[in-house]
Order: sequence, then C-alpha cells, then structure tokens
Amino acid sequence: MKLSKVFFNGILNENPTFRLVLGMCPTLAVTTSVASGIGMGIATIFVLLGSNLVTSLLRNFIPSKVRIPAYIVIVATFVTIVGMVMQAFVPEIYQTLGIFIPLIVVNCIVLARIEVFASKNPVAASVMDALGMGAGFTLALILLASIREILGSGSWLGFNVTGDLFEPAIIMLLPPGAFIALGLMMALLNKFTGRVEE
Amino acid sequence: MEFAGEVFLIILSSILVNNFVLSRFLGICPFLGISRKIETAVGMGLAVIFVMALASVITFGIEYLILRPLNIEYTQTIAFILVIATLVQFVEMVISKSSPTLYKALGVYLPLITTNCAVLGVAILNIREEYGLIETLFNGIGAAVGFALAIVLFAGIRERLELSFDLPRPLRGFPIALITAGLMSVAFLGFYGLIK
Repeated sequence: MKLSKVFFNGILNENPTFRLVLGMCPTLAVTTSVASGIGMGIATIFVLLGSNLVTSLLRNFIPSKVRIPAYIVIVATFVTIVGMVMQAFVPEIYQTLGIFIPLIVVNCIVLARIEVFASKNPVAASVMDALGMGAGFTLALILLASIREILGSGSWLGFNVTGDLFEPAIIMLLPPGAFIALGLMMALLNKFTGRVEE
Repeated sequence: MEFAGEVFLIILSSILVNNFVLSRFLGICPFLGISRKIETAVGMGLAVIFVMALASVITFGIEYLILRPLNIEYTQTIAFILVIATLVQFVEMVISKSSPTLYKALGVYLPLITTNCAVLGVAILNIREEYGLIETLFNGIGAAVGFALAIVLFAGIRERLELSFDLPRPLRGFPIALITAGLMSVAFLGFYGLIK
C-alpha cells in the first residue's frame, strides 16, 4: 500500500466528518470560530498520531480480549498530555474548548482508526493514516467554522471580512446553526459527488 | 427548601434548557446513529439513564475519595473513562444474569454507551461545576432524561420522514437528519429564558 494513498484516503475518500460521519460532537460544538476549530483539529491530530503510533508498535503484544481497555488507556494518556500542554501554552483556546479536550478520548474517530487501521498495519502506514484522518478532520472543522464565523459574526479568524454588508446572524453561532450548516454542507457534497445513502 | 429548589432547577436546566444533545452537543453519535426507529431509541434512552445516573455517582466518589486525597487529579480523564468502561461491562453482566427481558431490550446498546461522550461529559461537568453528591446524582439523571427525550422525539420525526414524502436525493440520510436536529434545537432555544 502506498503511503501517500493512505494519507489522501483520510482527506477525500474516507473523510471522517463527511464520509464516515464520526466525531460529530466536537465538530458541531467547537466550530463557532475558526481559531477554536484549528485548535481542536491540532489537538485531535496529536492524539490520533500518538495513539496510532503506540498501538501499531504494540499490535502484536496486546491480547485481543483486552484490546479495547488497552486502547482506551493509550488514547486517554495522549489526551491528558495534550490537555496539559494546551493549558500551559494556549490557555485561551483551552478555555474555549473546555470540556471537549478531555472528551477527545471518546471521539469515535480515534478509537475507530486504532481498531480498523493501526492494530493491523505497520508503523509507517499507521502514522500516515493518523495524519490523513487528522488533516481531513481539521479541514472539515475549518470549513464549517469558516461558514459559521463569517455568517455569524462577520469575521474570519477574528478579522472583519464582511464589512457592513449584512447584519451577522447570531443563529449561526447558536446550536441550531451548527446542525443546519453541517447538514447543508453534507447535502451539497452528496450532490456534487453523486453519492446517495439510503 | 432552598436546597430542594436548587435541585429542581438543576433537573429542569439539564433536561430542557441545557439539553445535552441539542445545546451542549454531547452524545451526538448515538443520537444520529440509533434513532431510525422509536423502539430502539427508547431502549437506548433507558440504558443511558441507567448508566449515567450510576456513572455520575461513582465518578464523584472516585474524584473526592481517591484522586483528590492522593493529589492525582490530572489522571481524571484516564480514571473516569476506565471506570465508565468497567461499569458498562459490569451492568451488562448483572442485567444479563438478573433480568433476561431487560437484557434483551437494552443488551445491544450497553456496549455502545462506553463511547457515548454524554456519560464522560456529565461526569466531568459535575466536577467542574463543583456539585455535591445529591446535585451530581440529579444532574446525571436530568442530563440522561434530556438525552432520552431528545432521541425519542427525534426518532419519531425520522420515522415519518422516511415514509411520508419524496426527499431530494442528496438530502437523504444524514443531511436531513442534521437539519431536523437543527430545527429541534431551535425549538429548545425557546426554553432559554426559563432559568436565569
């Protein structure tokens, strides 16, 4: 298997947000601004990378009966590390993301990639898979956050981009805006790729 | 009396005002995944109420009896998720031995609850809000009832959506489910003024 193929698989064919529909909670919750979307994306990439790497290294030693608890401990360790690092270096983003940092541990993307990919594949491929999936997730977050921030507060990454063109619609920053924006984005993507689920 | 009022406010807030699914975005995966039929939604809702009430109380004990005295609060995430995973396994075993009918109804959903972020979410929120034991218990129950309420209502809408009208093809499946959830969330916004 070519490594670049594994990488782009996570961004396009099996994009965790739009294709696999995994990790919906953080996707909807943190996309009120592009900055927190990027913060969440990077935190998830780190956790994915660490846990895919360690699981892949240990894949011949973990007995299959206790594999899920073992995976959870590995993931939780990296989540704890990432939480501490963010609290120390980017306290504002840590505050905004709040409870969703510890909740990376139950982000289905991480456990799913370990179970489906890292526990069966060599280290290099697992690392590429983590990077690809993480990048796909981050891109999806940035895309959704861009729409919500531009429509909801008229800015992008904190810079005013719409001027006085229209009054920002607060609803885009509230929970309903997240659901509806993501639903419409998925519908558009289905329209252009011709993919329909029954 | 004042305490009872406070508890009542916590319940009201966690069921309606800060509904876990529709305004806090916790537990979206099962909310979208297991809401095609009303019966399965009811089963999932009941299982979650049961596990969340238990998990709230047990993680409360872990935090204040083990982690704080030993000064190892930083292991909170690891400790809580392990406790929840074990608890779910344990509950599954107990139910399968003691009540086969209940097991039949809930059995399939129990393992899924481990990765339901609402359970870990409520445990962490209880600690962050510095609730006492009673408040923790009722916050856990309230949050779970809110989840059950949302998922059952949502399943009812989805059942009709699948039957009743001709939907444009790209909207079928998840897109229309998300938009439906968005509209439900608008309805729940109406409760915002209820509590100051």
